[in-house]
Amino acid sequence: MYEILRVEQLAPKIKLFEVYAPEIAKKARAGQFIIIISNEKGERVPLTIAGYDREKGSITFAFNEVGKTTKQLGLMKKGECIWNITGPLGNPSEIRNFGKVLCVAGGVMIAPMLLQVKALREAGNTVVTVMGARIKDLLFFKEEMRALSHRFYVATDDGSEGYKGLDFLKDILAEEKFDRCIAMGPVPMLQKVCELTKPYKIPTIVTLLPIMVDGMGMCGVCRVNIGGQMKFACVDGPEFDGHLVDFEQLIKRQRMFLPEERLSALLWELGGVSFG
Amino acid sequence: MAESKPQPKIKKKAVPMPKQPPEVRKHNFNEVALGYTEEQALEEASRCLQCPNPQCVKGCPVEIDIPAFIKLLREGKYEEAIKKIKEKNSLPAICGRVCPQEEQCQKMCVISRVGEPVSIGRLERFLADWERARGFTIPEKAPPTGKRVAVIGAGPAGLTVAADLAKLGHEVVIFEALHLPGGVLVYGIPEFRLPKSIVMAEVDYIKKLGVEFKLGYLIGRTYTIPELLNEEGFDAVFIGTGAGLPQFLGLPGEELGGIYSANEFLIRVNLMKSYAFPEYDTPIRIGSRVAVIGGGNVAMDAARSALRLGADQVYIVYRRSREEMPARKEEIENAEEEGIIFKLLTNPTRFIGDEKGWVKQMECIKMELGPPDESGRRRPIPIKGSEFLMDVDTVIIAIGRTPNPIIQRTTEGLAVTKWGTIVTDENGKTSLEGVYAGGDIVTGEATVISAMGAGKKAARAIHEYLLSKNLVG
Repeated sequence: MYEILRVEQLAPKIKLFEVYAPEIAKKARAGQFIIIISNEKGERVPLTIAGYDREKGSITFAFNEVGKTTKQLGLMKKGECIWNITGPLGNPSEIRNFGKVLCVAGGVMIAPMLLQVKALREAGNTVVTVMGARIKDLLFFKEEMRALSHRFYVATDDGSEGYKGLDFLKDILAEEKFDRCIAMGPVPMLQKVCELTKPYKIPTIVTLLPIMVDGMGMCGVCRVNIGGQMKFACVDGPEFDGHLVDFEQLIKRQRMFLPEERLSALLWELGGVSFG
Repeated sequence: MAESKPQPKIKKKAVPMPKQPPEVRKHNFNEVALGYTEEQALEEASRCLQCPNPQCVKGCPVEIDIPAFIKLLREGKYEEAIKKIKEKNSLPAICGRVCPQEEQCQKMCVISRVGEPVSIGRLERFLADWERARGFTIPEKAPPTGKRVAVIGAGPAGLTVAADLAKLGHEVVIFEALHLPGGVLVYGIPEFRLPKSIVMAEVDYIKKLGVEFKLGYLIGRTYTIPELLNEEGFDAVFIGTGAGLPQFLGLPGEELGGIYSANEFLIRVNLMKSYAFPEYDTPIRIGSRVAVIGGGNVAMDAARSALRLGADQVYIVYRRSREEMPARKEEIENAEEEGIIFKLLTNPTRFIGDEKGWVKQMECIKMELGPPDESGRRRPIPIKGSEFLMDVDTVIIAIGRTPNPIIQRTTEGLAVTKWGTIVTDENGKTSLEGVYAGGDIVTGEATVISAMGAGKKAARAIHEYLLSKNLVG
């Protein structure tokens, strides 16, 4: 059982939890993820680690309240316990002094990007950060990110704050040289970033969290096509060379259980009413 | 001694196991085999010849004194009978159900020369179920030794090691990566063959022996083996992490929706209980035409699970013929009775999807058998030009599992074979001091009972190692 120490509402339907998990905190590094199971009948949900405090013995993670599990999780309060958390899982990010790094984060993944940016700064990099969301109300951690970055941009899909979309990056990429790009966010955003960086051959690292069950290499549902080779996101990733990722396939595989996920969330919202 | 006794009349026929009828059971996940009644058990036990030089014991990987427990059963001394089994085997309700007895103890039974062997497994199961129904008695434990052992993996090997070492007075902590203990017993073997409540009851028994279970700990990530030994205060480590990695065919279209590894399919259905979706949160989608690729027990388990989830037609697609199928005969028969269709000497060559990325067809090729290969089985050879299409909407790939690699990757100095299994001596000792291993992680994918046998040997070796450490220290 893992006690929730702090709940922060980051944006509408986006929450951050700080949880007491000293053994995970001791080992956690940027880029890794955890699997949470909220109760005995729950599913196993992978979430990227957004922070850790080794002295306090805590880890933080953020989530969108979209499916049954994350909606249930969103109702939990400080002092309550999560049934099981496994981690840290996956390979930690490669963090060293690359030189100048472009970090692009979207949606809920802004939270773990903050950890990433911190680590990159500590390693001596110059960091240019872009954070984006569908609309301005869904942005969070702006001040924190601005403070950590050498330069900082905001973008929204509808243009309600900052740039409209990511196309503004074209000019920046045409003028400046970057040694690495790190992208964390929804798959279409990752795909877009990779399209933008490809002409300049900037090594672009994307974090992939496809559907997972065990999260430790046993089931293979998280298989992704990386340059024609089958890889498991959970143990071979979660970070991959974005220019080698077959995004079309990834998007299709992410939608595999959409009808069931919708049904599950709907039934739960209706308070367990069954149509049977 | 030379006193001549009248020769006992050999009863050639075994008492059959009562089962759910196929038409009923293919629609539910309840256990197929119902177990002997007391009367049936006594009748079957009466067939044992009580050989002075019992062959059956030689066939048992954990050396259960089979004639002795059958004799006690026959005399109605059930408690003593189960105690006799538990001297050697802490998981009799499981072994009574899933051991391949026909290849082990029962194969050696002398009656099998003239008729059906004594149903040793069914008798073991009867006693284990009898005991569970009335509550376990916890055996005497040796006084605490002050030694601590970390067991990695709560599958058959790990559970056996833990139980044996706890009885010897050692403090045992099991680290299990999944959120439930049992390993393949809970994620792999379906409810209808091994009810999970039985696994949990056997796990409870091991807890009562004083073993601590830490669930959701992936060793190699949360702790490494050197950390367990040097920082966490363990005197020895046992690795029983099993063979849990799925193998894929490497064919075009394998990424399509509706194509599962057997592991994914069985983990969803068994561990996550997706057959009870949406009461349980993990979904599974099963179509109307399901093809399971492979001919082992896992393939049979997957096919029979698919049928129970509501598939109209379920095919076993296997590249060799029936004789070469590695599955237990009993399981092949069960599958056939339930209406699974066998497409033998057939091998898939590619998968074809619809516009949404869901599998809709599978191209296969016909095979013929050539001369034996290195496994001793006749090699399947594709027949040129015999390709044909099968309409399918679900494919389950059950062509074997490989060892879990995380420990090997994170433990410096641990000797590993090119297949990724851990190198040990015959007692499970690895290349690192104080580190032992057993089960599928050493042998590659094998049986529950062979893992338990390896666990028994390793427990003895660990015990001796800990005692010798005492003398030196």
